[in-house]
Amino acid sequence: MERENKYEAVIGLETHVELSTVTKMFCGCRLSFGEEKNKFTCPVCLGHPGSLPVTNWKAVEYAIKIALALNCKVNKYTIFHRKNYFYPDMAKNYQISQYDIPLSSSGYLDVDMGNYTRRVGITRVHMEEDTGKLVHTGVTGRISESKATIVDYNRSGTPLIEIVTEPDIRSPEEAREYLIALRNLILFLDVSDCSMEEGSMRCDANVSVREKNSSKIGTKTEIKNLNSFKFLQKGLEYEIKRQIKVVESGDKVIQQTRHYDSKTGTTKAMRSKEEAQDYRYFPEPDLVPICLEDETIETIRKTIPELPLAKARRFKERYGLSAEDSRFLANNMEIADYFEECCRYYDNPKNIANWIMGDFSALLNKEKIAIKESKITPCNMCKMLEMVDKGKISSRMAKSVFEEMFTTGKGPEKIITERGLEQVSDESILESIIDEVIKENPGPVEQFREGKEKAMSFLIGQVMAKTKGKANPQLANKIIRKKIV
Amino acid sequence: MERISKDDVRHVAKLAELELEEKDLKRFVLQLDKVLDYVAEISSVDTEGVAPTSHVLDVKNVFRDDEPGESFTTEYALKNAPDEVDGGFKVPKID
Amino acid sequence: MKNYNLYNFTANELNKKLLKKEITCTEITTDVITRIEEIEDRLNSFINIEKEKALSTAREVDRLIARGEKICDLTGIPVAIKDNICTEGIKTTCASRMLEDYVPGYDATVIKKLKGCNYVMIGKANMDEFAMGSSNESSYFGPVKNPWDTTRVPGGSSGGPAASVAAGEAICALGTDTGGSIRQPAALCGVVGFKPTYGMVSRYGAVAFASSLDQIGSITKDVEDCASMLNVICGYDKNDSTSINMDAPDYKSFLIPDIKGLKIGIPEELMVEGIAPEVKEKVLYVIKLAEDMGAKVEEVSIPGLKHALSVYCIISSSEASSNLARFDGVRYGYRDTEAQTLREMYRKTRTKGFGDEVKRRIIIGTYCLSAGYYDAYYEKAQKVRTLIVNDFKKAFSKFDVLLSPTSPTTAFRIGEKIEDPLTMYLSDICTLPANIAGLPAVSIPAGLSEEGLPIGVQIIGNILREDNVLRVAYSLEKAIGFDKKPGL
Repeated sequence: MERENKYEAVIGLETHVELSTVTKMFCGCRLSFGEEKNKFTCPVCLGHPGSLPVTNWKAVEYAIKIALALNCKVNKYTIFHRKNYFYPDMAKNYQISQYDIPLSSSGYLDVDMGNYTRRVGITRVHMEEDTGKLVHTGVTGRISESKATIVDYNRSGTPLIEIVTEPDIRSPEEAREYLIALRNLILFLDVSDCSMEEGSMRCDANVSVREKNSSKIGTKTEIKNLNSFKFLQKGLEYEIKRQIKVVESGDKVIQQTRHYDSKTGTTKAMRSKEEAQDYRYFPEPDLVPICLEDETIETIRKTIPELPLAKARRFKERYGLSAEDSRFLANNMEIADYFEECCRYYDNPKNIANWIMGDFSALLNKEKIAIKESKITPCNMCKMLEMVDKGKISSRMAKSVFEEMFTTGKGPEKIITERGLEQVSDESILESIIDEVIKENPGPVEQFREGKEKAMSFLIGQVMAKTKGKANPQLANKIIRKKIV
Repeated sequence: MERISKDDVRHVAKLAELELEEKDLKRFVLQLDKVLDYVAEISSVDTEGVAPTSHVLDVKNVFRDDEPGESFTTEYALKNAPDEVDGGFKVPKID
Repeated sequence: MKNYNLYNFTANELNKKLLKKEITCTEITTDVITRIEEIEDRLNSFINIEKEKALSTAREVDRLIARGEKICDLTGIPVAIKDNICTEGIKTTCASRMLEDYVPGYDATVIKKLKGCNYVMIGKANMDEFAMGSSNESSYFGPVKNPWDTTRVPGGSSGGPAASVAAGEAICALGTDTGGSIRQPAALCGVVGFKPTYGMVSRYGAVAFASSLDQIGSITKDVEDCASMLNVICGYDKNDSTSINMDAPDYKSFLIPDIKGLKIGIPEELMVEGIAPEVKEKVLYVIKLAEDMGAKVEEVSIPGLKHALSVYCIISSSEASSNLARFDGVRYGYRDTEAQTLREMYRKTRTKGFGDEVKRRIIIGTYCLSAGYYDAYYEKAQKVRTLIVNDFKKAFSKFDVLLSPTSPTTAFRIGEKIEDPLTMYLSDICTLPANIAGLPAVSIPAGLSEEGLPIGVQIIGNILREDNVLRVAYSLEKAIGFDKKPGL
């Protein structure tokens, strides 16, 4: 530990995000998932001779939206380049990408780390096209053990955004929080489904270590295959330890690309290429420059909703929630909207927040559905909360009423009436029941008079038993005290 | 002066996924050297402050709407495939 | 039995006969096919002759005409298509082993347009492999011979289209021109070859050699047919981002036999070095004709042209090296089946699938784009390109058109330059400037050399000034009165 404290990590992330347009970046083929192989292909995305690309404006618009949300400067003049290298998932053996005149640059994303905020510089956000998919035959599905590879170009040409950060990230936790924040932000923009599982969001990391307070940057390695929040953190943790060990032993870190193996939790050097890649970038002659007017950029800016960080700040101030609760609610647009909708009907935001973060989230997670798919309307949710406040049902009952609302979508009054659950808050009814209880339980009554508070719980329990749980316990408590003291 | 060496040609051929036999290599080096020696004359041209031309015409902002066009069927996509299996293009083991 | 040698007529002449019902499309097509059968083994103009398809299309067109449907100049006209233009369901080989069996799943935009006016596709014409060459010797399917002297080359890369039109194996042809690939063979074969302004014809479906230089154009027997072809193939295409978004004019309206007062510039850089005396003489003769018709002719210096070949060589090879990367044996085309691993497959496939000239250009281009050389070669060439463009702009502020030889020499002998790439590239010295600047240019026959070989003159116009080019070409064609045919 001691020696690890001597060092700090310098991390930069490259994230690829597939945009959720209807069609591909440069041709009219639909984006597809899990379809028959090569079904959504055409001369363009199969790289057939003579075919030419034409840019999908929607993809450019989405990319600009992301760039603006990341506080980037959107360049008014931008062009595509060809990145040349041979690989079978690339239909043309070059990728249409961007190089020295990208769509946007110089932005940042503030990442809330709880007790501090890390501002992560965004070097650039640029547009490119995704590759096809390779399936390696053989039992393990690994390249090294397969005899052949099958290529499916359905994904080929899917609009892809690359988001590159400055080396501003200082720990695996920060990296993880950055990626979560980035994902939340893009989900807010509604331009990608950002599924790391399905590969529509992918992340590589550049990492080096240096002695704390040093301004030098050490030799970095690039880690690939960090395709979940957990793997990103674990992979970086491993790699940082490894690099520190190398440095401590007096060796030098070798600049290389390493592959994260989630099974062993380690990173391994990928087979080193005999020579460094030479991508031979040059301006794509088949596409023309994109020249953006201020007006276009501003119009797109207007479509950007309030983003998670701003929302969380507002929730904290306006609803008086804790920072943590605000953040939880603000990180998901649907939850945030649901919460705010509830706040319109019911004026105890903290109570709403507790229900959403507690029982509601538990049920949603269990059923694996999103809040907007749930059958509980904000209006019904608030009705229920009011009934608890007014003592019409006990909070224990509320739990079961809520569950029924969740499964059936019925309103709380209907459920309570149907199940005869309305809490007995009528003093005259309660008084006669309590009289009975006092008569039937002289022992406990005596014990309470002697100062044993426990006996009170027993007596209330008896009242509850007689009312099948419908008695208002606070009221029962009050009446019993009045009668026996 | 030699503009391009055997090693250069070998290196570039590798980048371009070409394989040259020794006798072709020799011939190519001579021919390419001559060509490169000729074209190297442009280094003498003063291009201070001159922007490169990628497009001779001032065409910009050409986009398509995000509307689906025609796609091939899997069968059609594979029609010219040198080797295929299970709806996919088959290639030898990746090395 | 009135219709002998229909293959000798132009499309417009045949069109008139069709309209007057003097002949049928089937007769034209049959006649052209007979001609092909008679001489093709001496010329090798075609890679693939679509005899049956042509005849059945012709019969279909005859029915159409009989029904009284509207026809255009090219309706029922047998056209040869250079084999780097994609034709759905019909092999498109680019004269390469790489695509020997490649059958495109789609039609190039120009093919769709030609089909739209019911043309007759007679066959896929031979060419230099992937359009790289100036002699048609780099074809995997063997060289094309010049109809005027079969020991000589027809020029290239559209050698097949030019030879076929010159010899009557087709009435018109479609070619592509990256550095002179339409105009130079047209000059060497004594026909008219036109390269429109870059962006006037959709490149969609033309297998790319050098994207920023390539342009589809026509090879015809005369300037009138040329205008008819342009009327069909020009126009905006949403599938080509570099296509100019404007309506194409009626090119036939530019066929005005009058150049009085027009200003013609003679670029001195294209009249010096390496121009054969008899070519120069012929150009001077044409200049004299122009002056006689009232044009104002003056010499002009376009200094950037001294660097045109270098610029062309670097840009075209660089773009080609990337454009031809897709030929890897994965999705289509030739594959070496013995390879055990992917990289081995790539290398063997590409090494065996491409011929020498293609490999040479890929290597030059890869070199020019590679780390450490990009600035000195590719980027520098793009900058010098700007200077050339600017020089042309300056010249066109003074002149309506520029006039020069098309090719520095007449057709050379087969094998003469094949091992000397640089000398070969020099055959395009007069034509490639128009590609560098995207200008429209035409080559028309100016007469024959003493040996009986055709000599062409080139007329270059400013961007989108096809009107001036056609007007001058049409006027000079009339004045020159070239009416010789190869003695095949």
